[in-house]
Amino acid sequence: MSMLMSLIEHYNYVITIFLMMTGLYIVVARGNMVKKLVGLSIFQTSVYLLYIEPGKIIGGTAPIIDPAFTVYSNPLPHVLILTAIVVGVATLALGLALVVRINEAYGTVEEDEIFERDRNT
Amino acid sequence: MNAVLPHLPALQVVIPLLGALLAGFLRRGGVAFALALAVSWIMPFISGAMLWQTLLTGPISYHLGGWEPPWGIEYRVDVLNGFVLVLVSIVGAVIMPFARRSVAFEIEEGRQAWFYCMYLLCLTGLLGITVTGDVFNAFVFLEISSLSSYVLIALGPDRRALLSAFQYLIMGTIGATFYVIGVGLLYLLTGSLNMVDIAARLDSAWPEYSRAIVAALAFVTVGVSLKLALFPLHAWLPNGYAYAPSWATVFLSATATKVAIYLLIRFYFSIFGVAIDVDTLPISEIIIALSVAAMFIASLIAVFEENLKRMLAYSSVAQIGYITLGIGLANQPGLTGGLVHIVNHALMKAALFLAIGAIFYRARTVRLTELAGIGRKMPLTMAAFTIAGFGLIGAPGTSGFISKWYLAIGAIDKDWWVLVFLIMASSLIALVYVGRVLEVVWLRKPTPEVARASDPPPSMLLPVLALASATIYLGFDTEWTVGVAGNAVEALLGGLR
Amino acid sequence: MTAIASPERLVLVAVLVPFVGALVIPAFHKRPNLRETVTLTTAGLLCAVVFSLLGPVIDGARPEANVFAIAPGLAVALKVEPLGMLFALVASTLWVVNSIYSIGYMRGNDEPRQTGFYVCFALALTSTIGVAFAGNLFTLFLFYEALTLVTYPLVTHKGNTEAIRAGRLYLVLLLGTSLVLFLPAIVATWVLAGTLNFAPGGILAGKTSPAILGVLLALFVFGIGKAALIPVHFWLPAAMVAPTPVSALLHAVAVVKAGVFAVTKVVVYVFGLDTLRQAGANEWLVFVASMSLLLASLIALSCDNLKARLAYSTVSQLAYVVLGAAIATTTSILGAGLQIAVHAVAKITLFFCAGAIYTAHHLTEVSQLNGIGRKMPITMLAFLAASLSIIGVPPLGGWNKWTLALGAADAGQMIALGAIMLSSLLSVGYLLPIVARGFFPSALEGESSKGTRIKEAPLACVIALGCTALLTVALFFSVGRVEQLLLGL
Repeated sequence: MSMLMSLIEHYNYVITIFLMMTGLYIVVARGNMVKKLVGLSIFQTSVYLLYIEPGKIIGGTAPIIDPAFTVYSNPLPHVLILTAIVVGVATLALGLALVVRINEAYGTVEEDEIFERDRNT
Repeated sequence: MNAVLPHLPALQVVIPLLGALLAGFLRRGGVAFALALAVSWIMPFISGAMLWQTLLTGPISYHLGGWEPPWGIEYRVDVLNGFVLVLVSIVGAVIMPFARRSVAFEIEEGRQAWFYCMYLLCLTGLLGITVTGDVFNAFVFLEISSLSSYVLIALGPDRRALLSAFQYLIMGTIGATFYVIGVGLLYLLTGSLNMVDIAARLDSAWPEYSRAIVAALAFVTVGVSLKLALFPLHAWLPNGYAYAPSWATVFLSATATKVAIYLLIRFYFSIFGVAIDVDTLPISEIIIALSVAAMFIASLIAVFEENLKRMLAYSSVAQIGYITLGIGLANQPGLTGGLVHIVNHALMKAALFLAIGAIFYRARTVRLTELAGIGRKMPLTMAAFTIAGFGLIGAPGTSGFISKWYLAIGAIDKDWWVLVFLIMASSLIALVYVGRVLEVVWLRKPTPEVARASDPPPSMLLPVLALASATIYLGFDTEWTVGVAGNAVEALLGGLR
Repeated sequence: MTAIASPERLVLVAVLVPFVGALVIPAFHKRPNLRETVTLTTAGLLCAVVFSLLGPVIDGARPEANVFAIAPGLAVALKVEPLGMLFALVASTLWVVNSIYSIGYMRGNDEPRQTGFYVCFALALTSTIGVAFAGNLFTLFLFYEALTLVTYPLVTHKGNTEAIRAGRLYLVLLLGTSLVLFLPAIVATWVLAGTLNFAPGGILAGKTSPAILGVLLALFVFGIGKAALIPVHFWLPAAMVAPTPVSALLHAVAVVKAGVFAVTKVVVYVFGLDTLRQAGANEWLVFVASMSLLLASLIALSCDNLKARLAYSTVSQLAYVVLGAAIATTTSILGAGLQIAVHAVAKITLFFCAGAIYTAHHLTEVSQLNGIGRKMPITMLAFLAASLSIIGVPPLGGWNKWTLALGAADAGQMIALGAIMLSSLLSVGYLLPIVARGFFPSALEGESSKGTRIKEAPLACVIALGCTALLTVALFFSVGRVEQLLLGL
C-alpha cells in the first residue's frame, strides 16, 4: 500500500519513467528509421521532465529578487534543459538528414530491407 | 604573453571551435585543410604548457566568465586530464598532414571543407570533455563531439557509411541520454554540477540516498560505456570505423573512445570514489569480467575478419578491454597500466589505421584477400604496420609490452593470478590476427590489384612512420607515459575513501 | 686505449656489431660479392670482440653495461658471466663458419631474396649475443623474443605453403609459450623477488614456498619454448623446411641454444642451485627431461627424412642441457655448459653435411643415401666425426656426457643417469646407420655402383663443414679451458 502511495506521490517521476521506457522501446522495436528517431526524441524529452519537475517549488515564484518573496523556483534546470533541447533538436535534424540520404542511397528507410539490399550487393 | 597564459584552458576549446566556425564558411578543401592543420598544430603547445604547469604547481582551476565555482563553469586541469589533453592534441597534430591527400581521394571536393569543419568540431568536443570540471558541460561537449563524429562517419565513400552513422547516432544518443539521466540524479541529490563540489556533497547524501546514488552511478556507467565501446556495448564501433573515411577512422579510434574512458575514470575516481566506498559495490568485478570478455571475444572476431578496417576495429574493442581492466583493478600498477595503455593504444592504433588508409589510397581496397604481397610494394608503410601490430600483441620492446607489464603486476597485487594468464593468452589471439595479416602481406606473391601500389608520398608516410616509431620509443622510454600516469594515479587513488 | 677497448664497452660493441652489419648489408643489394664480404667481416669482427672478452672473464671480471632503464624494474642491461661467455663464443665462432657455408649453399641452390636472408641472419646474431650477455630477465626476454621475430622470415624463406605453415607454427608456438608462460613467470619473479637482475646464488632464495618454486620452474622451462622440451618441441621439426644454413643456425648456433642457455641461466641465477635443490622443486624436471631425452631419441630412430632425424636428435640433445640444469649441482651445470658447446659444433656439422648432400645431389631421405660416401667422401667423413662427437666418443666428444653422468650420479639421480646412458646408445642407432649406408651400400642395390664419380658440394660448403668437423676435435682438447671458464660460475 505504501508502495502505491509512494508512486502516487511521485506521479511526476512515474510519467517521466513511462515516457522514457516508451521512447526506448520504440527505438529498439521499430525497424522504420523515422519511427526510431521519434522514439529517440520521446526518450530524450522525458529527461527534460526529469530535470525540470524538481526545479519547481510549490509556492515559489520566478527567481527575480524581490523583497516580497522568499521562496523561489530553481531556474538552473531550465537553463540546462534549454541546452539539452538544442542538442536534441540537432540530433533529430542530423538523424533525419541521414535518413533522407539513406533513402536516396537505398530507396527505403526500413532497416531489414536495407540489410537485405546490402547483402545482395 | 601574460595576458594569454592564464586563459589556456579556455583557448584549448575556443580555438578549435572558432576554427570550425570559420571552416564552415570555406568552400575550398585545401584552404580548410590549412586552417585545420594550423589549429591542430597549435593545440599541443597549449595542452603541453598546461600539463607542464600542473606537474610543477598542481591543478589549474579556470573560472569561465569569471564566475566562481560551483556556480559558474570551472575548467579544471590536473595531471590526469592534462595527460589526456596532450594525447588528443598530439594525435591530432601528427595525423593531420595525412588528411590532405587521403580526404581528397575519398571525399568529393564540395564536401571536403565540411569534413574539416566537422573534424574541428569533434576536436572541440573531445578537448572540452577533457578540460571541463562541470558534468553538464561535459554532456554538451560529449554531444558536440558525437554529432560531429556521426557526420564524419557518414561522409565515408560507401553507402553503408550512412547506415553505420545512423546506427551510431541512435546508440550514441541513448548513451548520452543515459549519461544525462545520471547527471540529473546527481544534481537532484547535491544541487551541484561541479565535479569537485558534487564529490564533496555526495558524501553526506550517501546514508540516506544510497539507492539514488547507485542508480546515478549505473546510468553514468552505461552511458559512458556506450561511448567508449565497452563490451557488450560496442556494436556501433566496428561498422562505424569500417565505413568512415580512412582518416576519420584514425582520428576517432585514437581519441574519441579514449576521452570517454577518461570521463569514466573521472566519475569513478574523482566523484563516486571520493564520496562513497565503491568497494562495497561489485563494480570492480563487473568491469573486469566485461574487460576480459572484450579481450577474448572481440579478439576472436577480429581473427575471422576479412576487412582490415573491421578487423582493427574489433581489435580496438579488445584493446579497450585492457584499459578498462586497469580501471577495474583500481590499484597503483593496474590503473597505471590502464592509463598508459590509453596512450600506447591510441598511438599504435593510429599507426595501423593510417597504414590501412595509405593502402586504400594506393590499392583501393582494404580486403585482406586482395592485399597479398603488398608488403613488397609498400615496404615502409607495411613495416610501420608490422611494428604497430607487434605493439598490439605486446611484444617486448614495444609500448604494448609496458602496458601489459603493469596490468599483470596489478593483477598479481590483487592475487588474481588467473588474470595474468588471461592477459597473456589474449595477446596470443592478437598474435593470430596480426600474424595472419603479416603472412599475407609479406609472404604471398603480389596480386594484380596491388601490382602498381607503392609507398605513399611523404605527407602520408611520415605520420605513419612517426607513430610506429613512437610505439617502439615508448617501449623503451616510459618517463612520459608511466611517469606521468603514475603521478595521476597516485592523486586519484590518494583521494579515494 | 684501455678506455676505448674496456670490457664494458666491448660488451656493447659485441651486441652492436652484427646490428650495424645488418644495416650495411642492404646497401650492397646489387653487388653480392661485396655483400658477402660485409657479412664475413662482421662475423669475423664479432668473433674477435667476443674472444677479446674471454681473457678478462676467465680472470674473474664480470663486465657489465647498463644500457638504459625503462621503468622501475625494467632495464636493458648487459652483463657477461661464464655461461653467457661460452654461449657467445660458440655462437660467434659458428657464425663465421656458417656464413662461409651460407655463401656456398645460397649460391649453389640459387635461392631468392639473399639480401634479406643475410640481414635477418645478422639480426639473429645480434639477438643471440643479446641473450648471451643479458644482465637481467627482462633483457633476456627482450632479445629472446627479438630472436623469434627475426628468424621467422628465415624459416619462411622459401615462401611456399609448407614454409608458411611451418612459420605459423614456429611463431605461434614460440611467441605463445613465451607470452603465456615465460612472461607471467618473469612478472611473478619481479613481484616475489623485487628484482630481475641475475645474481649468483639466485634471487628467489627464501622468497617463496617450494610449491611456488616448482610452478615457477615449470613456467620458465615450458615458457622458454626454444629449449624444445617435449611437449613444446613441435616447432623444431616443422621449421626444417627452411634452407639448411638456417636449420644449422636454428639448431646449433642461435635459437635452440638460446633456449637451453636461458633455462640454465634462469636455474643458476634466478632460482639458485642450492635453493632449487633444497626445495626439491627440480625433481619433476629431472624426470620430464629424462623422458624427453629418450622419447626424442626413439622418434629420431623412426625418421627417414634426414633433416627431421637430425631435428629430433637435437630435441634429445637439448634435453641433456635441461637435465643438467634440472639436476642443479655445480657438476651438472658444468656438464650442461659443455653440452651446449660440443653439441653446437657437432650438430652444425651434421646439418652442413645434410645441406651439402642436398646441394650436390638433391637427396633428402636417409633411404636415398646408399653409397653417398663414395660420391662425397669429405662430407661423409665429417658426418662420421660429428656423429661420434654427438654419441660421445673421445677424442671427438664425450667430456660433456661424462660430466653430466657424473653430476647425475653425484646427486643420486639414477633415472637421469640411466636416461643419459640409454640415449647415447640410441644415438648410435640413429646416426651411424646413415654413415654405414653412405660408405657400405648394400650389394643388392645395383644403382649405387653407377655413380661413383666424386661430386662434392660447392667449395665454400666443404670448407665450412671440414672446419666444424675439426672444431669438434679442437673442442675436445681445449675442454680444460672451457671448464676453467665455467668454474668461475
